Amino acid sequence: MQHVSAVREPLVTGGKTLHDVTQDICYQVEAKPNLRWMAALSVALFFLGVFFYSVYRTVWYGIGEWGLNKTVNWAWDITNFVWWVGIGHAGTLISAVLLLFRQKWRSSINRAAEAMTIFAVICAAMFPVLHMGRPWLAFYVFPLQNTLGSLWANFNSPLLWDVFAISTYFTVSLVFWYIGLIPDFASIRDRAKGPIAKFSYSMLSFGWKGSAKAWSRYETVSLILAGVSTPLVLSVHTIVSMDFATSVVPGWHTTIFPPYFVAGAIFSGFAMVLTLMLITRVVFRLEDYITLEHIALMNKIMMVTGSIVGVAYITEFFIAWYSQVEFEQYAFINRATGPYWWAYASMMTCNVITPQLVWFRRVRYSIPLTFALSIVVNIGMWFERFVIIVTSLHRDYLPSSWAMFSPTIIDIGLYVGTLGLFFTLFLLFAKFFPVINMAEVKAILKYTVDNGPTYNPSKAHHAPVQTSTPGVPASAPVTYNQHD
Amino acid sequence: MTKRFALGIFEDEDVLLHAVENVRAAGVKIHDVFSPYPVHGIDDALGIERSRLPIAAFFFGMTGLAFSLWMQIYMLGFDWPMIIGGKPHISLPAFVPVAFELTVFFTCHGMAITFFTITGLYPRFKVPVMDVRATDDKFVMAIELDETSSQFPRLTQLLRENGASEVNQKEMTNN
Repeated sequence: MQHVSAVREPLVTGGKTLHDVTQDICYQVEAKPNLRWMAALSVALFFLGVFFYSVYRTVWYGIGEWGLNKTVNWAWDITNFVWWVGIGHAGTLISAVLLLFRQKWRSSINRAAEAMTIFAVICAAMFPVLHMGRPWLAFYVFPLQNTLGSLWANFNSPLLWDVFAISTYFTVSLVFWYIGLIPDFASIRDRAKGPIAKFSYSMLSFGWKGSAKAWSRYETVSLILAGVSTPLVLSVHTIVSMDFATSVVPGWHTTIFPPYFVAGAIFSGFAMVLTLMLITRVVFRLEDYITLEHIALMNKIMMVTGSIVGVAYITEFFIAWYSQVEFEQYAFINRATGPYWWAYASMMTCNVITPQLVWFRRVRYSIPLTFALSIVVNIGMWFERFVIIVTSLHRDYLPSSWAMFSPTIIDIGLYVGTLGLFFTLFLLFAKFFPVINMAEVKAILKYTVDNGPTYNPSKAHHAPVQTSTPGVPASAPVTYNQHD
Repeated sequence: MTKRFALGIFEDEDVLLHAVENVRAAGVKIHDVFSPYPVHGIDDALGIERSRLPIAAFFFGMTGLAFSLWMQIYMLGFDWPMIIGGKPHISLPAFVPVAFELTVFFTCHGMAITFFTITGLYPRFKVPVMDVRATDDKFVMAIELDETSSQFPRLTQLLRENGASEVNQKEMTNN
């Protein structure tokens, strides 16, 4: 095994061989669930119970269970919806955009990030469906001829665009994720001992044998799916932002919304990927696959998108002043100094100031600090959506109808409930599916593996680094020269 | 039908690549090569043609685009015309998002179905595998044997000379 570059850090540490990769990743699937996993699942299941109770109250008694009023008729529901959709975006970004850009470091994290996307979109979809009040009539949003006559869905409405965007996004992500899982299911199938495991992973692996032709087509399909998912991921949050931007509400009616929302989505998504990856790597002992280098790279993306979001906040203020529209100006002054100033202040602190700490190398490579930062960013991005939605609605053109919003226990229950739903799904995924894309990690292993023990930045310069001999390509086999 | 195969097991992708070239040069037909991950360059070495999947993808996308535009224009323009928000019945800019999403939807699902169909992947109870280590860390080259018994020793030697760490014989009833 060799490490070909003195400049690039190894992507997989610990001197792994191909078999080690299979062993390390499959171990989690094959072993009995450990206590930490059981404990985490119990907590998640409790919150899932909270979710079901809140859904029952919402559906049985109606939307009156939420704290909405005539003025603030969109609040936590849409906040949570946009927040969850945003979180989903990092997964597709890692799997599609970084694949197109040939960023090999994505291999260790793409599987879990894609799973996160799918579960986040499930959580997101709960809110618009429940907000309908009669979720059993949700099929009305699809262009089906209804029983009342040939009245069709309104294709001029951004809310209907959302239906198409979210459902396309969900199914495309699911297909992309599943096709990526097939070779790894085959690995687990070929190692499985028990009849149930053998049967289930045979079914799941679709009869994958790893033949050359299948791999060739698999790579073509992955590349094309990445190619269509990249504009898709940008379009989804653009359309979500149009729910607001196509209205005439001060503070919403801005052309900056699509890029600003997309940046915010990637920002919060990477924060959530970091939160999950930092936990997963400790719980499943994957420190050799998800290295400090991976964490630092994700931190950098988070900082870039966080800075874009910061610029967007300032631009909004500038445009409000520059356009000389007094309603717009009032909306922004009210955001910063009105009754919801604390939400605005939290948003600014969490999203604009704290991510700038990532400029410091020490923060970028620190696990506790990164973990804290990722949580802070997730909170900040939730507040961002809350600020946009509630502060714009609670005081618009007509002062006589100005009002405040306060959530009910059901609002809170639904939010923490979807967190429970998300973590239940994620924990089940982490137990029964391979959390790391084994096939992809194996493909990059030969040229990125480190000889030494787990990577330690302070010893980086002492690590034995083999450089290629002049005239011999870096990819030449090292240990098999005698056969040539 | 039962077929017999000679399986050359390789430890390294580069060794495998050279072996594929040499075995083909020796006039032996390779049935298939199994690897735990995509080996780059093996398509050329094995003579696998470039996949026409991208062309299929393009046509799936075009189908989606045409369908979505037809659907929206027909539904809002002809079947039940209504003026919404002062927009014309057929307001193409408003139809762009749905048209885009359905283009992606058709491309992705069409591609996935095509991929599963042409590669012969579908859920099944039992999978006939040549060597279970092919999904772990070994590279397996399968060569179909004919009825003569003299062929196997010759193949063994050829594969050994090209870096195979072991050569096995396997009978497969269903492949």
